[in-house]
Amino acid sequence: MQTKNQPTALNVAYVANLARLHLTDDEIATFQPQMEHIVGYVQQIGALDVSGVEPTLHAVEVTNVLRKDVSRPGLDHERVMANAPSEVNGLFMVPKIVE
Amino acid sequence: MNYETTIGLEVHVQLKTQSKMFCACPTGYGAAPNTLVCPVCLGYPGAMPVMNEEAIRLTVLTGLMIGSNINELSKFDRKSYFYPDMPKNYQISQYDRPLCLGGSVVIEVDGVEKTIGITRIHLEEDVGKSTHMARSSGVDFNRAGHPLMEIVTDPDMTSPAEAYAFLVALKQILLYIGVSDCNLEEGNMRCDVNVSMRPAGQKSLGTKAELKNLNTFKGVQHALHYEVERQSGMLTRGERVIQETRRWDPDQGITTSMRTKEDAHDYRYFPEPDLMPVVLAAAQIGALKATLPELPRTRRFRFAEQYGIPAYDAGVLSADRDIADFFEAAAGLSSNPKAVSNWIMTDVLRVLAERETTLAALPLTAAALASLVGLVDKGSINMTGAKTVFEVLIDNGGDPARIVNERGLAQVSDGGAIESLVDDAIVANPRSVEDYRNGKKAALQFLVGQVMKQSRGKANPPMVMEILMRKLEG
Repeated sequence: MQTKNQPTALNVAYVANLARLHLTDDEIATFQPQMEHIVGYVQQIGALDVSGVEPTLHAVEVTNVLRKDVSRPGLDHERVMANAPSEVNGLFMVPKIVE
Repeated sequence: MNYETTIGLEVHVQLKTQSKMFCACPTGYGAAPNTLVCPVCLGYPGAMPVMNEEAIRLTVLTGLMIGSNINELSKFDRKSYFYPDMPKNYQISQYDRPLCLGGSVVIEVDGVEKTIGITRIHLEEDVGKSTHMARSSGVDFNRAGHPLMEIVTDPDMTSPAEAYAFLVALKQILLYIGVSDCNLEEGNMRCDVNVSMRPAGQKSLGTKAELKNLNTFKGVQHALHYEVERQSGMLTRGERVIQETRRWDPDQGITTSMRTKEDAHDYRYFPEPDLMPVVLAAAQIGALKATLPELPRTRRFRFAEQYGIPAYDAGVLSADRDIADFFEAAAGLSSNPKAVSNWIMTDVLRVLAERETTLAALPLTAAALASLVGLVDKGSINMTGAKTVFEVLIDNGGDPARIVNERGLAQVSDGGAIESLVDDAIVANPRSVEDYRNGKKAALQFLVGQVMKQSRGKANPPMVMEILMRKLEG
């Protein structure tokens, strides 16, 4: 639930790892200043005084887009599995997950 | 040194809805793998989630039942999560604006009451189910997208027994409002446990371990016992407890480190752009509040007080809402609630257990039970006859007075008729008569039995006893 060990400054190597992106040291060295530049640009917005302004939860001011609790059949099993690289007993087969 | 245990729970509850949280796929357990799925719950690119209003209602209902504040404005967020059971690589959950905040559940351990605080309740989507094989794993997405309510407690529990009592009390509340089937075998309720230890008196909490794979309440209690021993042993030996996730192995009865990465808890939550915020008007919340039943615990105390039944009986009768409703309906129609309670406690619950059925499935009505109690109280039938009527009511239902007439079960309270049966029994059993007169009191019971048998169970037993004694002594 809580976000821990989260560096306050932008750390490309760390974020790439979280996103399961495998970057070489050279790539990290290239992207670090580029990302800092982008984030720095966006950070200009921090100069604005937004005290007393309600946070915007969504760009569109629409709420409560809900549907009734009614079920209907999904996709045919064959169609579902057609996308699976491999299958075992009707399950999507993946490399063994070890924790 | 003495150590104090601190326990907090995260309880995941599958809500009882027809369809999934963000798509119309049916919810269900036991279907063939990957047959209850669609582009939304399989995470196909471009598929758009739409919220199930019933899931929101059930979550708010739960919050109201345990005294949470309902957020009038709540929203959904993406929780980054890379695991094959979640094809989108994020789980839709709620981060900073969950549906419910605060609340509490009262538990009782060894007669001592304690209030366990609730931090929050949020709504999210369940993930798929993985099956692990020798060299691969298989994923079934039928469960993916089932509305999942996460109830997070404050770290208020200080023993495995308290954690167990909390889960039992919570389950009872959830069943009372019917928000979940709470079937543990089917994974309707799953639990993560945070446990830490600190030297007695220390203010700050010790380093915690998070326990996973707890699918039974007993499992939670056993895992906690193990963990308390493990951690206090380490602390006593001067070792440091490290913060980690540990898996409970119920077969070996131990917890083992899952060696998760240190940044495993950095989920990079961000607002779910595909879902609009949920606004709950005060009137809407008020209307839901008006439908809330009494808490099981409150009802238990009221039963004992209002109907003058023992605390234990009140606990049993209030534990299940259907039973409690049935008792109240019958007790309300009867001048003898204690007798109604006795019938339910002994006979009705026995029948339900033997037949593995529910009250709703039996033809027995509350009115019939109340009327049966009335017939016994008036002396129209004795207990033997009443048991026969009860069996008829269980199988076929009907009006007890009519069953008594039809089956000729009316109690014989006619002194003359009983007297002649007693005379017959005395003549037919001279040995027992002699035994009794020689001081063998047990012989009397035998003679009463003989008279009852001759009356085919219908004689009024106190009258039989009285007349028999008069004749034997005289």
